Amino acid sequence: MSQIQQARKFNAWGKGIEPEYGPQAPAPTAERGSAVGIRIEGLDKSFGSVPVLRQLDLEVPAGQFLAIVGKSGCGKSTLLRLLTGLDEPTGGRITFTGPGGEAVTPNARIVFQEPRLLPWERVAGNVAVGLGPGQGGRPAKEKSLAALREVQLDEKAGDWPAQLSGGQRQRVALARALVSRPDFLALDEPLGALDALTRITMQGLVERVWREQGFTALFVTHDVGEAVALADRVIVLDEGHIVLDILVEHERPRLRGAEDLARIERQLLDAIFRR
Amino acid sequence: MTLVAELPKPAALPGGPNLRQAGRWISSRLAGALPLLLPVAIVVAWQTASSLGLIGNRLMPAPLDVLRAFWDKTISGELGVNIAVSAQRALSGLFVGGSIGFLLGIANGVSSLSHRLTDTTLQMIRTIPNLALIPLVILWFGIGEEAKLFLTSLGVFFPIYLNTLHGVRTVDPQLIEMGRVYGMNGWTLFRKVIFPGALPSIFVGLRFSLGIMWLTLIVAETMAASSGIGHMANSAREFMMTDVVVLALVIYALLGKLADATARFLERRTLQWHPAFQTPAKG
Ligand SMILES: Nc1ncnc2c1ncn2[C@@H]1O[C@H](COP(=O)(O)OP(=O)(O)O)[C@@H](O)[C@H]1O
Ligand SMILES: [Mg+2]
Repeated sequence: MSQIQQARKFNAWGKGIEPEYGPQAPAPTAERGSAVGIRIEGLDKSFGSVPVLRQLDLEVPAGQFLAIVGKSGCGKSTLLRLLTGLDEPTGGRITFTGPGGEAVTPNARIVFQEPRLLPWERVAGNVAVGLGPGQGGRPAKEKSLAALREVQLDEKAGDWPAQLSGGQRQRVALARALVSRPDFLALDEPLGALDALTRITMQGLVERVWREQGFTALFVTHDVGEAVALADRVIVLDEGHIVLDILVEHERPRLRGAEDLARIERQLLDAIFRR
Repeated sequence: MTLVAELPKPAALPGGPNLRQAGRWISSRLAGALPLLLPVAIVVAWQTASSLGLIGNRLMPAPLDVLRAFWDKTISGELGVNIAVSAQRALSGLFVGGSIGFLLGIANGVSSLSHRLTDTTLQMIRTIPNLALIPLVILWFGIGEEAKLFLTSLGVFFPIYLNTLHGVRTVDPQLIEMGRVYGMNGWTLFRKVIFPGALPSIFVGLRFSLGIMWLTLIVAETMAASSGIGHMANSAREFMMTDVVVLALVIYALLGKLADATARFLERRTLQWHPAFQTPAKG
């Protein structure tokens, strides 16, 4: 499906504004969902006596796409789990902020590396889980279908998860996270289990929904190229500290392997391996 | 050549079976009948051997004698009453033992307090073969209905308890965490995640317990009952009516098969999502 065709499809359900995402197309502004800013101050987390995050400070402006890279075990998942309330910090503070800088309660969602779909719910039912308990009936069904359309999987609404491919399952998981229009989305190596070609498609998809919905995105990945291709900003985590924090201010969509992006990649790799 | 020309063209018969379809239909029917081949062959051989006098009728009746006994007992109404009595005992035992096993399995799977409180005790009771309790049970209850209900319930209880517990405990913790992320807790989490996740295992327990249910009932009815299929077989033995004894065995086999088929049917209906029960995806 060409980009033009895709753009028409989105227009049909009233989301997409811009005809095409090109270097010349302005970032969508109208009809975007809300986004929260994140302020992390002196965040500590240890498991028993083992410290994982130490005195972490980080400020994420609303709507930013922040990628987090770092060696396995450096605390990336732990950070996301603290931000989404799956775990309690040992010390420090996390504040989500509204447009005026006031503290707000975020509508946060997380996508894991595994799709974690309920095998006994059909695809549409799994997406409806994202609306929270007590949501049912026609409105829920319609919202689920709309979210599935966003990930181009509406024709699979009646299938069982077992009948989908790995990439399709992860798209359902994404639709489940998006169906409640979150203002903060954490993604913990969401594409880590997919094959290289599916990953490229999925990266485009993640970038597209982020541009359309405008939520604040925290994207953990072990693929430096992926981080540079998608994010506004990349941080490198090492032993619970941020050791590098760089902005990637290139036009979207970005060309994989472009020379200046490659330079940033190298910079990130140097920081990760302390070269 | 003329023969071919006389045959109506496939297009002239919309929806008419073509040869290959017919062949496939026949072979699928044959494949369906295949499991019956051996039992039928055995019965035929048995009847032949009996008719030729190779098997003494005093110890092993011919199939036709069993059939006659079936007919006589049906006409007299005795068979219907006994089947109803046995089936009712089996179902009550399944209901009582199954419900307690299910509820305790869920409770012990969900709550570690409940598990610590009861599981060790239950595991100890489990090591006693429930039929070993018959003398004690007769002392307690005589040969009344309570004795049979107690024994079958106890027999049914353990497979359902153990498999429900196992099912609940092996529900993917990642799914439970996902449920919590999306705001599920308590009853919603149970209904949406834990129970469906444990269901395949619960069905395994159910089918196990059906086997134990019949076994316990047969023994209990043979030793301590004044009605039911087991009693019918046991009193026939006193009069050397081997045809009735064998008839009782056949009835037990059929009831057992019926129970298992029902459980399988329920399993297929409720576990449609499970890859093992899915017909291959249509192209
Ligand atoms: N629940 C837990 N209990 C104990 N240690 C944990 C727990 N979760 C994570 N850890 C430890 O914290 C460290 C960081 O883990 P994690 O955040 O998952 O790393 P990453 O996602 O960057 O690979 C690891 O050393 C891991 O062993
Ligand atoms: Mg991780």
